[in-house]
Amino acid sequence: MLHQLSWKVGGQQGEGIESTGEMFSMAMNRLGYFLYGYRHFSSRIKGGHTNNKITVRPTEVRSIADDLDILVAFDQETIDVNYQELTEKGVILADAKFEPVKPEDSKAPLFVVPFTEIAAELGTTLMKNMVAIGATAALLNLDDEVFQNVVNDIFGKKGEEVVQKNMEAIARGREMMSELLGERVGEWALAPADGKRRMFMIGNDAIALGALAAGTRFMAAYPITPASEIMEYLIRKLPKFGGAVIQTEDEIAAATMAIGSNYGGVRAFTASAGPGLSLMMEAIGLSGMTEQPLVVVDTQRGGPSTGLPTKQEQSDLMAMLYGTHGEIPKVVIAPSTLEEAFFDTIQAFNIAEELQLPVILMTDLQLSLGKQTAEPFDYSKIEIRRGKIVTEELAESADKAYFKRYENTADGISPRVLPGTLNGIHHVTGVEHDETGKPSEATGNRQTQMDKRFRKLEALRFDQPVYTNAPHEEADILLVGFNSTRGAIEEVQERLNAQGMKVNHAHIRLIHPFPSAEMAPLVAKAKKVIVVENNYTGQLANIMKMNIGGHDKIKMITKYNGTPFLPGELEIKVKELAH
Amino acid sequence: MATFKDFRNTVKPNWCPGCGDFSVQAAIQRAAANVGIEPNNLAVISGIGCSGRISGYINSYGFHGIHGRALPIAQGLKMANRDLHVIASGGDGDGFAIGMGHTIHAIRRNIDITYVVMDNQIYGLTKGQTSPRSAAGFITKSTPGGAIEPSLKPLEVALTSGATFVAQGFSTDIKELTALIEAGLNHKGFSFINVFSPCVTYNKVNTYDWFKEHLTKLADIEGYDHTDRNLAMQTIMQHDSLVTGIIYQDTATTSYQEKVVGYSELPLMDIDIKMSEQEFTALVDEFM
Repeated sequence: MLHQLSWKVGGQQGEGIESTGEMFSMAMNRLGYFLYGYRHFSSRIKGGHTNNKITVRPTEVRSIADDLDILVAFDQETIDVNYQELTEKGVILADAKFEPVKPEDSKAPLFVVPFTEIAAELGTTLMKNMVAIGATAALLNLDDEVFQNVVNDIFGKKGEEVVQKNMEAIARGREMMSELLGERVGEWALAPADGKRRMFMIGNDAIALGALAAGTRFMAAYPITPASEIMEYLIRKLPKFGGAVIQTEDEIAAATMAIGSNYGGVRAFTASAGPGLSLMMEAIGLSGMTEQPLVVVDTQRGGPSTGLPTKQEQSDLMAMLYGTHGEIPKVVIAPSTLEEAFFDTIQAFNIAEELQLPVILMTDLQLSLGKQTAEPFDYSKIEIRRGKIVTEELAESADKAYFKRYENTADGISPRVLPGTLNGIHHVTGVEHDETGKPSEATGNRQTQMDKRFRKLEALRFDQPVYTNAPHEEADILLVGFNSTRGAIEEVQERLNAQGMKVNHAHIRLIHPFPSAEMAPLVAKAKKVIVVENNYTGQLANIMKMNIGGHDKIKMITKYNGTPFLPGELEIKVKELAH
Repeated sequence: MATFKDFRNTVKPNWCPGCGDFSVQAAIQRAAANVGIEPNNLAVISGIGCSGRISGYINSYGFHGIHGRALPIAQGLKMANRDLHVIASGGDGDGFAIGMGHTIHAIRRNIDITYVVMDNQIYGLTKGQTSPRSAAGFITKSTPGGAIEPSLKPLEVALTSGATFVAQGFSTDIKELTALIEAGLNHKGFSFINVFSPCVTYNKVNTYDWFKEHLTKLADIEGYDHTDRNLAMQTIMQHDSLVTGIIYQDTATTSYQEKVVGYSELPLMDIDIKMSEQEFTALVDEFM
């Protein structure tokens, strides 16, 4: 009985590799297993190696597995590129069609199954992925019925015959593989799962659902990897809630349209990745200066320029914090789990409206596109707070004086009147302005309005700005990260603590304004602080030093080759730095 | 009912004496009153440049944004509140240089707003550089040897971009201009109105007198039919775009908002945004 299974399917992009992984994952999810799926793909439609690695456990899984138990190959490249990940007990299942060759130094047995041929016999080679799933079922000793309701869901609308054919393909794959395995059938069986129903989704799904639950009714966005799924989800769902999505001509239009809509009183947002974020900078400054709420999602990917558009990186951090010219108050939130992604999206909308400023919700490719299991989100925890929107009738002013939209209040937050309101007329401008919104360059006014805008941050309330698991009063090491590195860090912390080291973990969720009050004590009680991040310059480490000092003990482990941290490699690097 | 005086506020414009923009402002105020808009139901969204200041000089909701981006802000606002009358305005640099991409796409998107461009063929606020509307050979600080690039033809661009309403006015002729803006406000879709609004300080070529000498009123052209797109294109090409009046109007094509599936009849800002538990559970179930 295995307590963790790591399974990977690979082939040429456009060959149905993704759907093979999807089918297998959905079936395992419905059995109650926990999953973490991560796709390797390229910026092209057809061709090029792609693979989908899925880690399955009967207990919570937080990270991509270090190694591999089963490799399903639809081409030779898949074997050549991935066989070294295989464990001692690992196996390769390969399609007979490409006459697979086992690399000389591979210890893993190679099982050649005629995936394509069997599928062709059943009517279409498209079903070769179903045959491969059947072969996997033999290794895991899974009944064909396990796949029945997933096949119904996916092919049901194409008719009973298609469902039957696909089930037959699974059965044929299982039978053929069982013959090849002989007594070894079921040797890779997983310990049973609890059978509980859980969600299985990517981070972008959690964000899109969060936006909908937060009451967004308008989104303006431009397609980009790895953010597009957010827009696509809302294009499907917003019509049911009366809202709309506009695919704009560029990201500048997306951000400014979202500002216009927020000005009109609608929770509107945009989502993009690094290149789009760069184009939005002036608009983000406009939101800050005119105090119009704005939510921007930045799904980080490999930069700079077009960089590594389909690969993991966390290098937009400084751009998000300091990218705009001039100075504005701004909030940057970095969720690290599906649940945080969902609730932080709702928080982002609340904060943007309450404090009337731009909020950037930051993710990275691994969190945005990695597919994980999560308990259903708790409806009762959804809270909508819209801040100081004036809803009562306003008195007419005799001298046509503007409404004081930028009134210098104690907390810096001024009452907000929406266009259309009787007697609420005021002016909004990105030029420095007085309390009524009229342009003003007077020195005293400038100072008052700058102070007022920044004072709003003092009213910021954020639950759990740092996720901490700090069991040690005196720690050898404090591991620090943000976004998707959380799983790998948790895994490493667990392993090192089991080995007798004293390791604490802090994952920063509210990046800006920096949670110094929470981080400083954690840093103080650690001998060494190791910041783990997917970038070259150690952006989070530098932000920590800037805010709370600790230059002598803050070290960093960076990775910028486009792939996520695996627990094994991170464990080795942490140990190296520990001594 | 509001009169044009209700659209006046107490702010004194910082335009040069004699600037064409004064008349454009007056025409907008008159047109808004004439079509029965109340000041609180009008929003003027402007760009950056001398003309961009216009949103602060009209007693209505006003948003003075960033250079070239008046149109996306205005479109976002109209999507949020379909009951609001939205006018976007700015100069030729704003709309045809830095914001040209938005102009073309706003035209083809056809959201029901009115776009008034104050076209003076020069950059005024930055003190006299060439504009995409400057004629070839035009001498400015940035083109001391004369502009090399030909002048951009906004009317032609609008017609080929699928415009449903294109008009051109001259700031001196407030009566005609007011009528054009009224027609634009009444048009169900995106209305694009280019206005020759001379810069008395930096453009010594395209002066009031120059326009008076060169402009032809479409009303004076026998047989002109502004519902005929081919004729519109032919006429503006024949007259080097120096015409005023409604150049083209298509009343058959419905606006973007009428075409969006599921888009609320009620302004989005007025919808109750809290989702029911039943709706939420159904969405969550799709992931299980």
